[in-house]
Amino acid sequence: MADTKKLAIIASKGTLDWAYPPFILASAAAAMDMEAVLFFTFYGLPLLKKEIDLKVTPVGNPAMPMKMPFGSKEFQGFDWPIPNIISGNVPGFDTMATMLMKETFKKKGVATIEQLREMCQESGVRFIACQMTMDVFGFERKDFIDGVEYGGAAMFLEYAADANMSLFI
Amino acid sequence: MSEITANRTLDCSGMNCPLPILKTKKEVDQMQSGEILKMISTDSGSANDMTSWANRTGHKIVGSSTEGGTYTFYIQKS
Repeated sequence: MADTKKLAIIASKGTLDWAYPPFILASAAAAMDMEAVLFFTFYGLPLLKKEIDLKVTPVGNPAMPMKMPFGSKEFQGFDWPIPNIISGNVPGFDTMATMLMKETFKKKGVATIEQLREMCQESGVRFIACQMTMDVFGFERKDFIDGVEYGGAAMFLEYAADANMSLFI
Repeated sequence: MSEITANRTLDCSGMNCPLPILKTKKEVDQMQSGEILKMISTDSGSANDMTSWANRTGHKIVGSSTEGGTYTFYIQKS
């Protein structure tokens, strides 16, 4: 199709919450007959690892609701007011917050990051890893899933120059 | 709503955004032009999402209904 719309996304965040928007948008774009490229840089690079182990933290994020994925509807709806002095200092707090968020996603029928990533690849979404940040942070190609392209700013910009939508996430 | 005969049925109950769209696309890809897919969803965002998806892809929503939190769409492949 000559007028195929193109989506270009820079994925720069690697927490469980922020891992979602790039994969959701890219997979939805592909389902809407659009082309999509995800450029992974800085903290977005771990999203390409074979084994993904993403975490989320309420520290420094007052907008993040702390809710329980079990119990009565009222109990689940309660937003626990946990001060940063606790969430930032209690060992294992992030692990717990991550577990709670994963459980909530599961209960609400939200796909896992692994599933969305796979669906992106199945539907032709291109993944580009930023070689420079890989070198800086010590990521190796063997740690990443198959089908990833490797490049830099010019590779992203060449695509983005003709894209209809460009997002930095 | 008058009965529409569907060639296929896809149940997306319990799935949340963007899964209903992704599954619908996959299913429609396997169908012949003119065939109708009955898609069932419980995602309240899917009413508008399905319309947008159809507008973009050119497939046609030839019927839809809502009943107690369940949304049904009849999609005709272009």
